[in-house]
Amino acid sequence: MEDFSSLMQGFTVALTFHNLLFMLVGILLGVLIGVLPGLGGANGVAILLPLTFTMPPTSAIIMLSCIYWGALFGGAITSILFNIPGEPWSVATTFDGHPMAKSGRAGEALTAAFTSSFVGALVAVIVITFLAPLVARFSLRFGPPEFFAVQLLTFCSFVGLGKGHPAKTIAAMMLGFALAAVGLDTVTGTLRMTFGFTDLLRGFDFLIAVIGLFGIGEILLTMEEGLAFKGVHARINPRVVLQTWAQLPKYWMTALRATLIGCWMGITPGGATPASFMSYGIAKRFSKNGEKFGTGEIEGVVAPETAAHAAGTSALLPMLTLGIPGSPTAAVLLGGLLIWGLQPGPLLFVEQKDFVWGLIASMYLGNIAGLIIVLTTVPWWAAILRVPFSIIAPIIVVICAVGAYTVHNAMLDVVLMLVFGIVGYLFKKLDYPLAPMVLALVLGDMAESSFRQSMLLSRGELSIFWSNGLVGSICGLAMLMLFWPVISKLLQRLRSGNNDLDEARPVE
Amino acid sequence: MHEHEHAEEASRRGVTTRTMEIAVAVAILLLGVLVSWDSHRIGSGWADDGPQAGYFPFYVGLILCASSLWTLLQTLLSGKGDGGIFVTYRKLRLVMSVFIPSAIYVTAIYFIGIYVASAIFIGAFMYWHGRFPWLKIILVSVIVPVSMFLMFEVWFLVPLPKGPLEALIGY
Repeated sequence: MEDFSSLMQGFTVALTFHNLLFMLVGILLGVLIGVLPGLGGANGVAILLPLTFTMPPTSAIIMLSCIYWGALFGGAITSILFNIPGEPWSVATTFDGHPMAKSGRAGEALTAAFTSSFVGALVAVIVITFLAPLVARFSLRFGPPEFFAVQLLTFCSFVGLGKGHPAKTIAAMMLGFALAAVGLDTVTGTLRMTFGFTDLLRGFDFLIAVIGLFGIGEILLTMEEGLAFKGVHARINPRVVLQTWAQLPKYWMTALRATLIGCWMGITPGGATPASFMSYGIAKRFSKNGEKFGTGEIEGVVAPETAAHAAGTSALLPMLTLGIPGSPTAAVLLGGLLIWGLQPGPLLFVEQKDFVWGLIASMYLGNIAGLIIVLTTVPWWAAILRVPFSIIAPIIVVICAVGAYTVHNAMLDVVLMLVFGIVGYLFKKLDYPLAPMVLALVLGDMAESSFRQSMLLSRGELSIFWSNGLVGSICGLAMLMLFWPVISKLLQRLRSGNNDLDEARPVE
Repeated sequence: MHEHEHAEEASRRGVTTRTMEIAVAVAILLLGVLVSWDSHRIGSGWADDGPQAGYFPFYVGLILCASSLWTLLQTLLSGKGDGGIFVTYRKLRLVMSVFIPSAIYVTAIYFIGIYVASAIFIGAFMYWHGRFPWLKIILVSVIVPVSMFLMFEVWFLVPLPKGPLEALIGY
């Protein structure tokens, strides 16, 4: 009950005129970012972060998280109307969403997408409301070894749950750690990997990496794919919305499965993109109309959208409670918290009650506002996409440059942004995952300091990581995740071995 | 007919995925060596007061080397032409037609400030890629920097790089 009253307190924080205004601005900017190619949740928030340094932290995080919700909603618009996923997590939405739009059911597809996004997010926020205080309270008992173990689990999960090749996932991750280590070591005061360049003293800021990797990299990729934006016109009228709402409850089972997948993938850092694919795949397997998926099944829109939004939202749970973000965008928000002088982690729930509960309350309000806004404004967003790419592309490059510059008022950062742009282009094309790299860059210093503190406690004995049941089981789980690609292959071979025997048996 | 075949072949030529795979893996390998080497230089062992500064990055570098060697070996061992084309020369030219102007734009910011550079960049891009009418080009490439100027210099008071033109109007 104590949490409930905290939540109510949070609503009074979020419901001030100022914060509601920021919420509205955030949602609108977010949808815009989600609709435009090359600007996404992560780099959109990264670019706008410096503008919020002067705002009170609660208002700032409300606005930035609303940008995130908006971007999640916006991705669906381009997927359905233009067959161009504005965000990676809305790729799976194109499979059925665009065929629906082409057969004249665009309004239905959009309503289904927005509504199921909303449901997914709402469930995830409820999960956060009840689970976050528990996790925070539990993790108050964590010492450095436990924190390092949780971070280890985070990174090993990328290897186990990610779709990429394990070697590439590990390489991307270590690259992030290496970049994070550049600069002044705060513990010993030694310069690391600066090679005499004073500009490198500051190290690599992950905001620059995010803007370059996701912004410039995406523009280069989009350019390569040729730019024929051929969209379907859409108008949503209240009748279509009500009709669609009437048939949505039929898919409660799909939505439930999708929400579970989403929440799980969001809390463990699988992220929204794999969650949406996984949910689509599972819905296809279990649905009665499974074989019709891909031709315009409304269920094929519900499944990925619910999962993506549930994952995107629940990614904030580990960020708030443990200081470990579940997605790149959550990582950027975490960076914001650090800049505003708030230390994410269990103590946040004790020391910054207003901030935490204001944010959680704003998640409820932001998603409701988001749903209403996107349902009423779809035609305008679709119109923006009809602006030719040769106008949008240079403007996005300019926005990225401005965003990169404002982080530290340094021109070097703008140059670095371009370099990260090439890296992003190459990595995307060669299937190196970007999310672990960004997360490692954000968490690098934290992971290193908890590792060093543990080493100090144990005088260099690695055995501290299985010295008690808690840390031991987290580490064990991490190892399971790390070697999951090998284990699953072995299991598969065992199983297929049995099948071979079955087939070899005479049929009669 | 002959010409058609020729054109088709030209559109299919490009850098192979295999080449890029190897190039990127080697680049990561070199980075890994660099990271380990520099960490070793500043001390990757154990001092009286705990782990030295290079302790953690040293192992990061080692794992970086190992993972890139893994990718490298796998690419080298898997037969020749199974990866296909990474990017055709035609597409590479498209990508470069965005990247090179962007690089010039960033360099130009040093000299003439971000607002003027942005105006020229947007205008040039619209001209080359879109062939828009002049009026439209001028309109867009003036409105965007001016609204940026108002937003950053006037409302949010965030200073961006400025050049001689801004100095003329007193900023």
